[in-house]
Amino acid sequence: MTAGVLGRTFRHGVHPREHKEGTEDLALERMGFVDRYILPLSQHLGAPCKSVVAVGETVTRGQLIAEPGGFVSMALHSPVDGTVAAIAMRRHPNGQMAQSIEIQADAFSTQRMSAASPVDWRSLTLDEFITHVQQAGLVGMGGAAFPAHVKYKLPEGNRCERLLVNGCECEPYLTCDHRLMVEQPDAIIRGVEILAETLGADSSTIGVELNKPESIEALRRAVGDRGSIDIVPLKVKYPQGAEKMLIKAVWGEEVPAGKLPLDLNIVVNNVGTMAALADYFDRGIPVIERALTVAGPGVDRPANLIVPIGTPVRDVLRRCGLNTQARQVVMGGPMMGTSLASLDVPVLKGTSGLLAFTEDVINHTAEYACVRCGQCLEACGNFLNPSRLARLASAGRYDELEKAHIMDCVECGACTYTCPSGVPIVHLIRAAKGMMRARKAKES
Amino acid sequence: MLTLLLATAIMTGLGVFFGIGLAVANRFLRVEEDPRIDIIEEMLPGSNCGACGEAGCRAFAETVIDGAHAPSACTVSSPEGIEYIAAFLGVDAGKQEKRVARLHCAGGLSQARQIAEYEGFKTCLAAHMIGGGGKGCAWGCLGLDDCMVACTFDAIHMNDERLPVVEPDKCTACGDCVDACPRDLFECLPISHCLIVQCKIPLEGEQARAICRVACDGCSRCAQDAAPGLIQMKDNLPVVDYAAGGPAAPEATYRCPTGAIQWVEFSQFSPRASASVTGANLD
Repeated sequence: MTAGVLGRTFRHGVHPREHKEGTEDLALERMGFVDRYILPLSQHLGAPCKSVVAVGETVTRGQLIAEPGGFVSMALHSPVDGTVAAIAMRRHPNGQMAQSIEIQADAFSTQRMSAASPVDWRSLTLDEFITHVQQAGLVGMGGAAFPAHVKYKLPEGNRCERLLVNGCECEPYLTCDHRLMVEQPDAIIRGVEILAETLGADSSTIGVELNKPESIEALRRAVGDRGSIDIVPLKVKYPQGAEKMLIKAVWGEEVPAGKLPLDLNIVVNNVGTMAALADYFDRGIPVIERALTVAGPGVDRPANLIVPIGTPVRDVLRRCGLNTQARQVVMGGPMMGTSLASLDVPVLKGTSGLLAFTEDVINHTAEYACVRCGQCLEACGNFLNPSRLARLASAGRYDELEKAHIMDCVECGACTYTCPSGVPIVHLIRAAKGMMRARKAKES
Repeated sequence: MLTLLLATAIMTGLGVFFGIGLAVANRFLRVEEDPRIDIIEEMLPGSNCGACGEAGCRAFAETVIDGAHAPSACTVSSPEGIEYIAAFLGVDAGKQEKRVARLHCAGGLSQARQIAEYEGFKTCLAAHMIGGGGKGCAWGCLGLDDCMVACTFDAIHMNDERLPVVEPDKCTACGDCVDACPRDLFECLPISHCLIVQCKIPLEGEQARAICRVACDGCSRCAQDAAPGLIQMKDNLPVVDYAAGGPAAPEATYRCPTGAIQWVEFSQFSPRASASVTGANLD
């Protein structure tokens, strides 16, 4: 822990150029409704959900259209009034085709949501609360889309002592969490209060990087003199938003390899998740839209947008003026996001940004041999040896990769960013992890 | 000087001690091994390819002596080599039908629609994991050489369409390409199984054809034209089951509108141009 005037942080990590100046002052706007929405049944980690609607059925905004297919799974709600046009294979941002519900929006509907009565969360037991969160379709809004309720299911012997909320937004370009903190600090604080009280947390902390003074100010004002929630300013560094890094930064404690924050009795959530939680428990609105940043030199009108889940990327980019120079569109941040092969894919619950890049900013560095400079080791927040992992991965030595702790890699991309030889380290690690998962699935 | 002598004496003493120990162990703890295992291993190709289903050539030699495998289960040896092993052991050489790796995709560069340009780490696995590569088809061949690299026998080469051409003469059906393909497109089939479905798209009709010109659109004409029971439609794709019906005949492929099902007697694709696709051109 490096406390001091400059704020706390963790060891290692990188400092990519922030590029947030283009959108950080743009207020959140609402994206208008389009005529077609695609909702993949699998847009979170875990089991896909099960459709409960039939083709041709009329659905209303906020109506449940798919129920959880297991405990590690989520409910899915219609983002619009309309009719179910198809339940079939549609393009998924990961490049595969996935079973999805396609909804044709009703062009004459006001799209006003009938106000559901708020849920009285104080009267709920923890198990009931968890079921409610699952029914709300709440996933981690930071990007990984891990079902939120799974984190609240405390195993026997563990309790939530500390609730940690992630307001770092350490990815370059992205500013949607920042806008959320500036514009809806009350919703975030409300979400934190609901969760902290239900989980019985002793303390709540929100970590925000110092490049967002407005956010820190807004959150402090929202907390007021209640003093129950600690706002911790953090030194700007990537990947501070990774939960293990955040815990290190805030308290200087290390989550052991292969363990979860819950093993230290800590629950970590994103600020977006907290706002969505408050929306559900105060106003009865499930997750049907999310904030995201559209930026990059490939769009003429960058924006922070609130977009209904399932809106095709093409429509979002058209609204923001995708220009002819755009060569690559990335979903998520530039460090961890994936390139899209098609623009006909929908915005998912975990989509935090859409970035359009032009030829001149795309990195075309050729790949050279590793020069053993060790910069990737200096960058890795998990203290792994990325160059060794990359070499083992390209040789397909999966048993040794397991021993080299490949599963502790969070794929943050700091190593690839810092590599002077242009080795696609994270790409290799991701491919190897995929192969290892496929092998495990084949064995069982 | 004394130290030097002492060290020499100790090392010599240790050497003699352990030498005697090893000699004793060799005398009393010896494991008798069938001497034929070494001889048969010598007769085998020694490529340790695993096509027989054993861990390697030595493991195979043991099973041949046990009688668990006939010598012909080794698909890499020449017929003469197998006869030689059979004669040495005095067993029947057995019959083994030659099997070849077949690809369930014919969507080369000019056939499958390209929707993006893939730039980055050039292996099929990496492209499959990140965005699914540049091809619009989420099931088809990515054409980035993983199978060619995996092949021990130099039997796979990419043609101008970026499709892997398997040379049946060199292919031993060891299954390395089957494991290497991230989209599970390879299958080792007996060479007499000539009806090959060259598509894995589970979509129907227009949707499938919008992705690739040689896609199977699930029209089921092949199933109607084949001997009863031979071809079943499953997930909009024909499945050829030689045990369920027969005999197979090239007639089943004649009415295929896209050329997705082919009668293949030797190699699937031509090593050069796209002439391998004989189906109707949809443009």
